[in-house]
Amino acid sequence: MSALLTHAIDPAAAERAAAMSMPSPEQEVWRYSRIAELDLASYAPAAVRTTISGADSLPVADPSLVAEIVAGMTVHDVFDELNAAYQYTVAISVPAGKVLDEPIVITHHIALEDNGRALYPRLVIHGGQDSEFTVVERFESHPDVDALIAPRLVLHAAQAARVSYLGVNLLGDKVWQLGHQQATGERDSTTLLATVALGGDYARVRTDARLVGQGGSTKQIALYYADGHQMHDFRTLQDHIAPRTSSDLLFKGAVQDTAKSVYTGLIRIREAAKGSVAYQTNRNLTLSEGAWAESVPNLDIRTNEVKCSHASTVGPIDDEQRFYLESRGIPPEVAERLVVLGFFDDVLSLLPVGGLRADLRTRVAAKLQRRIVEVTA
Amino acid sequence: MSTLEIKGLVASVAGQQILNGIDLTVRSGEVHAIMGPNGAGKSTLSAVIMGKPGYTVHAGQVLLDGVDLLTLPAWQRAQAGMHLVMQYPSEVPGVGLTDMLAEAYAARGRSVEGLADSVADEAERIHFPVALLDRSLNVDLSGGEKKRNETLQLALLQPKFAILDELDSGLDIDALRDCSRRVEDATNESGPNGGLGVIAITHYNRLLEELHPDQVHILVKGRIVESGGPELADRLEIEGYEAFAGADAAAPAAPKKPSLDDLFAL
Repeated sequence: MSALLTHAIDPAAAERAAAMSMPSPEQEVWRYSRIAELDLASYAPAAVRTTISGADSLPVADPSLVAEIVAGMTVHDVFDELNAAYQYTVAISVPAGKVLDEPIVITHHIALEDNGRALYPRLVIHGGQDSEFTVVERFESHPDVDALIAPRLVLHAAQAARVSYLGVNLLGDKVWQLGHQQATGERDSTTLLATVALGGDYARVRTDARLVGQGGSTKQIALYYADGHQMHDFRTLQDHIAPRTSSDLLFKGAVQDTAKSVYTGLIRIREAAKGSVAYQTNRNLTLSEGAWAESVPNLDIRTNEVKCSHASTVGPIDDEQRFYLESRGIPPEVAERLVVLGFFDDVLSLLPVGGLRADLRTRVAAKLQRRIVEVTA
Repeated sequence: MSTLEIKGLVASVAGQQILNGIDLTVRSGEVHAIMGPNGAGKSTLSAVIMGKPGYTVHAGQVLLDGVDLLTLPAWQRAQAGMHLVMQYPSEVPGVGLTDMLAEAYAARGRSVEGLADSVADEAERIHFPVALLDRSLNVDLSGGEKKRNETLQLALLQPKFAILDELDSGLDIDALRDCSRRVEDATNESGPNGGLGVIAITHYNRLLEELHPDQVHILVKGRIVESGGPELADRLEIEGYEAFAGADAAAPAAPKKPSLDDLFAL
């Protein structure tokens, strides 16, 4: 199933990619990133090992509908073109009125044989009018593989559709991820875009959420936790185009050891988007002296009669919280675990798939445990 | 039967000496009230005994059955049997009361079996609404609810000694009665260690009408200037702290303003 791709699926896109220059941290959109470290030529395009479950009851997506959605995808950089050139596409289209009780789960696995390969999965999601469903996209790898994955997501929620997406990055710490997500919400639609990032070496996800229909709403949430030399980099856009649209964003992250994270977010309320409401909250815990987190919230309001707020914090575990728990006889490492899991609790409770919570709590606790072992060693 | 002995305790915070030699002995089942004006060092005393970071001890000991608590980190002081009911309990988002208690039990080697029932029983006993048990610790709780929550933890963790740091502040009459009666009951329990020994720090007589002290101590400028029976609190009510302030002329000058420590209840 996995093989090197010697020919691009879209040769024109491959040619355009070849003509493009590599992004650089001097460009504002790549500021703080580690993009300068990437040697793109050292990765050869290959097919993606992908499995899908929970989609059996769905008809095959209408190719013209998929083409229409794909035509709306924006191209910002060489990775977008490479994704177009070497894409491995999964298209999920849920018909109007259909409600799926169980999530559709798509898993991309990077095997040890994929060492030195570049993978370009593409996920197209269409929620028909008044449909309701959840899609989970898992990114997993062998712990030792060194690979690049540049996934794209394009999600379209038709009128009154309720679409939830959760991306879970459980990649090994030698894998680079450069993700680009685009969501569009029509009138009265509700879109949840959730991200959990625990893996990767440098893992970046750019998410553009556009509200094009009156009364549409999006919620964006993320839990990220980087340790060792990892870096997580998020760039979000809450783009209000139609009137009376609402967006809410809650990104919470932790960094430890010498790990880094960056959150850069923009709320844009366009001229026509009167009566819109937008919130953006980013909170970061720095769990080691050598760890670094940056939070850059931005507002671009082009009309009146809107309600917007943003908040961001970066800091260590609160001493008062730690002392409170320790004064009850709880040892420091347990107190820290309680505080860190408590910090992530609201994001975990908002994830569209409740069954994942226990597993994610375990993974977060295990990361924290690794830090404590290093400190005491 | 246990004994808590505070001997010659001298401590400072932010470079300012607040405690100027405290001596106090409390035995199981006894209730000692410490009363004093703002800036006298009441909250500093509780913070130093429990091991809150940011305080420096220059001299003295706090012996719990002969073990000097000052040599232990805060969590080990708690496990040794010391407990602090905080004036302003910290909010800990995302951490539930029962989860926290489960960890506190586990750390003491106590079985967590039946913990949820014990929590519910205690909540009922002190009229802490059961609906609030699922909230994160102290998040979105009123002043009275926080103090009931603190009292509930005290009852379940069963320490040998407890410091109540202004249990009566921010408390309505009903909550004050519920909390102080629960503490009083704990002092009368006849477990293997005898009843709970209590140091109740307060400004006012109000608490002492519910929680009957065996001894009352007046703390002025970081030193206990007078000790006596419950009648001392009545005298204080009439004469005010002024009458006692002069009794310790040898003490170093107190800060002119209340210390930051008390202003922010650190």
